[in-house]
This record gives sequence, structure tokens and C-alpha cells, in this order.
Amino acid sequence: MTDYNFAYLDEDTKRMIRRAILKALAVPGYQVPFASREMPMPYGWGTGGVQVSAAILTPEDVMKVIDQGADDTTNAVSIRRFFEKTAGVATTTRTAEATVIQTRHRIPETPLREGQVLVYQVPIPEPLRFLEPRETETRRMHALEDYGLMHVKLYEDIARHGRIATSYAYPVKVEGRYVMDPSPIPKFDNPRLKSEAIQLFGAGREQRIYALPPHCRVESLDFEDHPFEASKADHPCALCGATGSYLDEVITDDAGGRMFVCSDTDFCATRRGEAA
Amino acid sequence: MTGLDALSGGFATPALDSARAFRAAMEALARPGTIREVAGAAPPGPLSPAAGVLILTLCDPSTPLHLAGGWDVPAVRDWVAFHAGAPLVAAERAAFAVGDWAALRPLGRFAQGTPDYPDRSATLIVEVPRLAADGARLTGPGIRGETWLSLPAPVEPLVANAARFPLGVDLFLTHGHRLAALPRSTRIG
Repeated sequence: MTDYNFAYLDEDTKRMIRRAILKALAVPGYQVPFASREMPMPYGWGTGGVQVSAAILTPEDVMKVIDQGADDTTNAVSIRRFFEKTAGVATTTRTAEATVIQTRHRIPETPLREGQVLVYQVPIPEPLRFLEPRETETRRMHALEDYGLMHVKLYEDIARHGRIATSYAYPVKVEGRYVMDPSPIPKFDNPRLKSEAIQLFGAGREQRIYALPPHCRVESLDFEDHPFEASKADHPCALCGATGSYLDEVITDDAGGRMFVCSDTDFCATRRGEAA
Repeated sequence: MTGLDALSGGFATPALDSARAFRAAMEALARPGTIREVAGAAPPGPLSPAAGVLILTLCDPSTPLHLAGGWDVPAVRDWVAFHAGAPLVAAERAAFAVGDWAALRPLGRFAQGTPDYPDRSATLIVEVPRLAADGARLTGPGIRGETWLSLPAPVEPLVANAARFPLGVDLFLTHGHRLAALPRSTRIG
């Protein structure tokens, strides 16, 4: 372990990111600007999450990386190898054994506990960006707690589709103050944003870090007559039979064949191991 | 203390020591009221080892530091200059400040953040004579239900600081090798 500084980043960069993480935890849901570095992977591959993970890792950590719930996809495997090589940390695919979990677009099915940190890769951190493209304006809207535009958007969903059609990156309000983008997790995962673990969100290209401390009040935006609903495909998992987990639809042939399987590969494999 | 003493007392393995120290500080700030032990720094008095660890972990030439009251002594100045390189400034310009509770008040002197950028506020390292899980009742983000922490007296400036959320300063409380944190989001009483 002499080829790299521990966890790749230089110490000045880590201090800068660490200061941003502390301010993010002190103001839950607020997006703290940080000086995102070029990483040896392209923007969009999780550079924000990688920088946050590099800033919090200790030599004693056990790291898990998932991409849409899976440990064995290209993005997850390459980031896991990156930290094996540059930080020398142990890695695992078991949620319960990991102390730091970097994730792209899912929250593990297994409930997280104190002592674990969940690091999200975030593409667009600003929940208001598609409603108002100007950063100066969205910043002012957060300062004034002016979130009427977001409610109009959800209302227009109902007017057009009869229900709130947003199914992922479903906006939440944190501790009754900041509206936050939970990253493109399915809205099925939103109730699990209230967690025992520390949750950190890193957006590399957009240069923002935000956070949810444990036991933080996180409410999915909704209306009294159209309450939030954490939905999923109405099937059991074809492999492990779980009925309460989030499912991926897998096409199995070119004749319309398909199956629904757990998106969380560790959860599914563990259940099948126990059943066998 | 001679000038050479300032050269000792830093992290033996900076990358690893600061990684472990930051993780403890982050857990403390994310779970207000919990007390953590940190190690690796041996700063000159009156700076406590825990406050020294925080300065080595978080401060560098880009973070102006204010030494308050009895902490503004040559031995501490030299140690900070050699190990962290943080410019020493008045309270109004500080990103970090260290001292006892009497010297750090009033809190209004420090950067409170702005409505557009609440993160641009100072972080205070308060050296306290006692640190225990009793005294003031704390609620808010990071706390399951409620918890208790010995806060420095008088507590009114801290109550006022919390009332300014999302603006306000964030505090670490340090004693010996131990630290706890009180972010602005924590409600007191």
C-alpha cells in the first residue's frame, strides 16, 4: 500500500470534503457546495459517491458497493475494486457485514443499523432543477422555503394521470425544512430514508454534498387526498419468493417471457441460502 | 516551551489518524449527545488532545482559525502554524474557533451562514471542564427520542443559536481525549 495515499485522494481534498460533510449533517437536506475533483472514472459513474466514500473510509471499514441493488454489475465491481486497491479495505456483498455501503439508486432491503454509513451516488442533486433551471433562483427558493412549484408539479401529475406519477427520485421534505432529492431510488425505498445509519449524498459533476443524520424526519411530499404510496411490482420474487422486496423485471426470451426478481441480490441470495 | 516543541505532537500517520478521527467526529455530529474518544495529537496546553485532533483533521491553510482568550498563547500559535498552517484571525473572519465557553461568547460575532449559503458558518471547538451524558435535554435530527448532554453554562446562547436554524454555528465540545457535538439543528430543553 505505497502506490497511493490512503483512499486515493490527497489530504487537502479529504479535509475539504470532510468539512462539507459536517455542514451537510448540521443542516439536513441542504446541498453543500464542494470542490469536486477529477476522478479516474467519468462523471456519471459515481464520482460524487466515490469522493464521499474516500473521505470517510478508515482502514478498519468493510465496504459494500451496489448498483440498482446488485453487487455484481460493472459499476459496483469497478468501484469496489477501486477501494480494494487504493484503500486496502476489506469488501463484502453482505449488507449486515458492511460498515460503509456505497449505492447507486437503491437502499438495501436489510434494515441498516448504527455504525453503518450509506453513501449515495447522485446525478442531479437539485429537486427543483427540472422546474427551474437557474441555480440563482433555486437557491433563493430553498432560502425562502418557497416550494409551491414542486406542489404544482405533483398536482399536475394528478390532473393528467389521476395520481402522482413520479415513481423514482420522489421528492422529500427533511425535518420540515428543506425539500431534497433522495437520488433516483424507487419511491418504494422512500420510507427507509428514516434510518439508524448515517446517509450521505455525493454529486460529483454537480459538486454538491448533502446528508441525513440518523432518525431524521423525512416526509415524502403528497396531498391529504392523494397520500404518498410506496409502490412496487405486484408479484413475488421468482427466485426467493419474497413478497415485500423491490423487484426488477427481467426479459427471459424474445417471445414475451419475463420474470420478476429481487433487485437486492444479497437479500435474495441470503433468503435462498436459508431456504435451501 | 522552546520553538522546537511545536514540531512534536502531530499525527504519526496523518492519512490514517485523520481518517479515524474524522469518522469519530462525524459520528458525534450525526448523533448529538454521544461522546467519542479520539487519539493521535499531543498539543501544548491549554489545547486539549481532542481539540488538537479536530484542528489537525479539519483545519489547513484554507480555514481561518480564531484562538479565543487563554488559547491565544505562543505555544498554541506555533503548534497550529506548524501542523495545520491555518491563518489565525479575529472571530468575525473565522471558519473555526477554539477556546473555553467564556472566551468564545458572544456567538453572534462568528459567521452564521447566509439564507442562500447556511453552510458558510463557523464551527466552534469549546473546551469544557466536564463532558458527560447528563444535564440538558436534547432533541432533533440524529437523536432517537431524546438524550442528555452536559452543556457549558450559561446555556441561553446555545438555545438562541438553535432557534436561528438553518443559520447558526455548529459546536464540538472537547475534554481530554473525548468529544461530543452540538450542531445548530439540535433543540435544547
